[in-house]
Amino acid sequence: MGSQGGWGQSKEFLDLVKSIGEARSKAEEDRIVLREIETLKRRIAEPDVPRRKMKEYIIRLVYVEMLGHDASFGYIHAVKMTHDDSVFLKRTGYLAVTIFLNEDHDLIILIVNTIQKDLRSDNYLVVCAALTAVCKLINEETIPAVLPQVVELLGHPKEAVRKKAVMALHRFYQRAPTSVSHLLSNFRKKLCDNDPGVMGATLCPLFDLISADASSYKDLVVSFVNILKQVAERRLPKTYDYHQMPAPFIQVKLLKILALLGSGDKQVSGHMYTVLADIFRKCETSSNIGNAVLYEAICCASSIYPNSKILDAAVETTSNFLKSDNHNLKYMGIDALGRLIKISPDIAEEHQLAVIDCLEDAITIDDSSPKVPRVTVDTVEGNESPSMTTKVLSLGKEEEDPDDTLKRKTFELLYKMTKSSNVEVIVDRMIGYMISIIDNHYKTEIASRCVELAEQFAPSNQWFIQTMNKVFEHAGELVNPKLAHNLMRLIAEGFGEDDEGADSQLRSSAVRIPDGFICRNSDQIPSAFMQASFDGSQLHGLSTNVRLRIVHFLVNVICWVLGEYGTADGKYSVSYIIGKLCDVAEAHINDDTVKAYAMTGIMKICAFEIAAGRKVEMLSECQTLIDELSDSHSTDLQQRAYELQALLSLDNRTIENVMPSDASCEDIEVDKNLSFLNFYVQKSIEKGAQPYLPESERSGMSNVDNFKNPYQHENSGQSLRFEAYELPKPPPPTSIPFVSSSSRVTDIIPVSEQVHSREIHQNPPTSGADALALEVKLRLDGVQKKWGRPTYSSVPAASATVSKENGVTHSDEATNANSQTRDFPYNHRRQQVEVSAEKQRLAASLFGSSSKSDKKAPSSHRPARGGHVNSERPPATALLLSEPPKEKTSASVPPPPDLLDFSDPLPSSATSEDPFKQLEGLVDTTIAPLSGNAPTPDIIPLYGGTPSINSATQANIRNASAAASGVVTIKKGPNAQDALEKDAVARQVGVQPTQNNPNLFRDLLG
Amino acid sequence: MQIHFVLLISRQGKVRLTKWYSPYSQKERSKVIRELSGVILTRGPKLCNFVEWRGFKVVYRRYASLYFCMCIDADDNELEVLEIIHHFVEILDRYFGSVCELDLIFNFHKLMMYLKNQAYYILDELLIAGELQESSKKTVARVIAAQDSLVETAKEQANSLSNMIAQATK
Repeated sequence: MGSQGGWGQSKEFLDLVKSIGEARSKAEEDRIVLREIETLKRRIAEPDVPRRKMKEYIIRLVYVEMLGHDASFGYIHAVKMTHDDSVFLKRTGYLAVTIFLNEDHDLIILIVNTIQKDLRSDNYLVVCAALTAVCKLINEETIPAVLPQVVELLGHPKEAVRKKAVMALHRFYQRAPTSVSHLLSNFRKKLCDNDPGVMGATLCPLFDLISADASSYKDLVVSFVNILKQVAERRLPKTYDYHQMPAPFIQVKLLKILALLGSGDKQVSGHMYTVLADIFRKCETSSNIGNAVLYEAICCASSIYPNSKILDAAVETTSNFLKSDNHNLKYMGIDALGRLIKISPDIAEEHQLAVIDCLEDAITIDDSSPKVPRVTVDTVEGNESPSMTTKVLSLGKEEEDPDDTLKRKTFELLYKMTKSSNVEVIVDRMIGYMISIIDNHYKTEIASRCVELAEQFAPSNQWFIQTMNKVFEHAGELVNPKLAHNLMRLIAEGFGEDDEGADSQLRSSAVRIPDGFICRNSDQIPSAFMQASFDGSQLHGLSTNVRLRIVHFLVNVICWVLGEYGTADGKYSVSYIIGKLCDVAEAHINDDTVKAYAMTGIMKICAFEIAAGRKVEMLSECQTLIDELSDSHSTDLQQRAYELQALLSLDNRTIENVMPSDASCEDIEVDKNLSFLNFYVQKSIEKGAQPYLPESERSGMSNVDNFKNPYQHENSGQSLRFEAYELPKPPPPTSIPFVSSSSRVTDIIPVSEQVHSREIHQNPPTSGADALALEVKLRLDGVQKKWGRPTYSSVPAASATVSKENGVTHSDEATNANSQTRDFPYNHRRQQVEVSAEKQRLAASLFGSSSKSDKKAPSSHRPARGGHVNSERPPATALLLSEPPKEKTSASVPPPPDLLDFSDPLPSSATSEDPFKQLEGLVDTTIAPLSGNAPTPDIIPLYGGTPSINSATQANIRNASAAASGVVTIKKGPNAQDALEKDAVARQVGVQPTQNNPNLFRDLLG
Repeated sequence: MQIHFVLLISRQGKVRLTKWYSPYSQKERSKVIRELSGVILTRGPKLCNFVEWRGFKVVYRRYASLYFCMCIDADDNELEVLEIIHHFVEILDRYFGSVCELDLIFNFHKLMMYLKNQAYYILDELLIAGELQESSKKTVARVIAAQDSLVETAKEQANSLSNMIAQATK
């Protein structure tokens, strides 16, 4: 054994390790560790612990920490140990601090000095240890302290040091790109280092740099290609070989870089074809690492400008992967296929059988869902080639031991291939799978994908509603509340719109389907709900719903629908519906949101009744409810109760103005200037009141801050503010005009002036607000840098907004443009393979033979208007084939209708990120208005008093709910920008938000 | 490519070595380990060595009773990471003897904590900040050997009996 280093630990430590190793349970282990912590605490605090002993203690601390316990009491001793003169102890000290501390720890400042000293050491091992610590510990503030030395070390005679110096510099770049921006040329230089190890390490930073900005590194393409060629030709030292492959890890990295550089660049890609072809030809497929390189080559081939020969080779390799019995390779094959179909959709068809194998694998565990036809193994077995038999055999194995990862990957592929001809089959299967799994994280994801696909490709309203029903039924509690709002909107639009044809169609189909649905499974709650909500004719079903445990946001939707449309067809008496709403509120005694919805529902019904000139008799239970809520702890509920009471005393004309029937989708024009108050102001001034002074002209600046503070706190509490700063608010302190947020839009995109100029001019910039904006900006800068490169969890929504704020790119568009590539109409030559009828049918339904361009534009996914949508979409196929994806991102400003398509990130952005992550912030904020509703004395909020979660939309639609909804709009979080931007664009092109661009509302509803 | 963490767990779910390249709080770490060992240890041998987890991917490989896991981004090359694991194991193996012995060592309590330190150093030579920094086995071994000799000198200066025994058994 070549190892003596660690001997010398005490018997005590050995016993500890041994007892932990033998511990039977986690509890026992914890007991031992806790005892150990006590011992260490005591020992370590003793005066004059011998250094050698201390080293052992620190290693024991590392051990304790690794087992999940807190060893922070000993950190300082580890820090001290790095100061030790003995290299041996110093190294232990560095090891411990890199394990204990993260870059933001307070103790780091104590180490910087030591690191500086050690970087100058003559002993290269000390320098190495220090550099390793630098990589882990140096944060943005301390970078300048060590940067000069690290740069100097790039020229160190020992390659191990040079390599680590490169990595340290790379780390600095990741932490704070600006701090090393003047040193980036060093990476280029190091690419030519004599030592292949250093060159290999340099590829890491270069990859990052190139992914950030490929265009400035195009000149290196030839070098990269040359290096790759040399590597593939085994020019590197033998020591870099791995399983007979020449330096495969370096090859993989080079291929990744080439993929970035060649993306969308025909000329650059031209250099790569030869070496890629070589790799495809020479790479051995028997070893894992060979396949890893091949996979990377496929990725590269699918990313660069397509070349038919290379693509053929890639397809060939992919099909080998898919045919393999090895699940790892199958998995890679599915992934590779997903990449290749972006370029040439036909490939999917060629491999349909392999894909279906993976899918059938998925079905085998779907027995719980009778709706999914089960294709049994037996049906396949009868008739086929030897390769089929092996597949069947492997299928049999999978049946005992289903491979979840593979299945998910397959569903991801299917998700990418979905189009309207196969959406029914795919979504059906997805739902089947969704039912069968328990992992909530993935269930959520697949549910949202189902919804997305359903919205985008739904062949009929009937199918759409059925699908939504199923999703609600099985994953209701996981689905984002946003869905409920979409549903509300669908209903509202369906009823409230001028497009009567589609409207009545939706209504009738909506009524018909749930009818059948209920007959079949009377216990299906959401379907009963659907019934109730769509025409109010099944109210008796509602009480059952309430008694059963039902997802509470569905109750919210029910309340809203009942309030809005419950009395619309006159089938049910007012008191009946009000009674039901009271029941709902009572049944959810602890849920303020539901109660608020119910209360608003009652209010609306009363309002409609009074407006229609009928007298409303208050049921006693309703009166009780109102009384109870008037004393509620929730100010929001209180306000609603009082508003209802106030409303009851109004005459019918007022009410009709305040709360028009069935108008939830109508546009609201906000008189932001509050000109209707001019008369009142005039009178007051005449009576001797002080005229209003804008903030800038006042002396006390601070109260401006106070005035704005509540909203800011809300904002910073939930996330960093990345959106642009709003224009100064208009003076009158009585209002928080929500339009000010829409005027912010003008900062972001060039909207035609006449739309918003009025608002801007009417808001002379006030220095107070400017100062405030500046303050926010300063603070943000620091934060942004610190977290500029999220290494662990990336928040796509936020980063997208950042880039927008800087005016760099619209990354939303980029994502969208990229992901749109999956929307291909498929031209299908039927490939006749000898397979069972079952399988062929499945294949047919999935891969379909519909060559007609049946895509719907992503923005127009509402089934209700599938009719006029088809023509709306530009010929995507041609565009994509001739023009690689990346280039599309730079297609800066498409004509307005396209912009609508492009700028909508929602239907597509869910591919790889967890869409719910993005929405977390929004969920919070949407709830916020409920509890934090500012008590405004006016009657106006009543007017927008449809579910106030919805009130962000309402705000844009209805006039006047200035105060309350203004708050909402401002608080909407990072996505507000997108939404508003879209809104602005919509206005610009004269699109009614309610009509041609439903997604608009999806965003606004957040 | 970035590796977010490296995890060595035994078949019983006991942690053998952890290295975190992305910031995780102590609480998160325990949760991660618990969750992953739940998922990974139950997977059958025929299944693929990748697990999708919280939007990331965890690539794992089993050696005797020990699971090596690495967490990577969802769009990374899983096969490559699988081989990085193997690369790491081969270096350990080269350092400690045969693969079988590796198993022995990992179960051999007396060597546990020693090995752990050493494995940390080896890992540090292989990966820096979650990036593969050295792909040559020999280079890694050379640096580690240099460090060892350094340690030797330090120890010789300091004494000791155990060191002499170790020398003798070499």
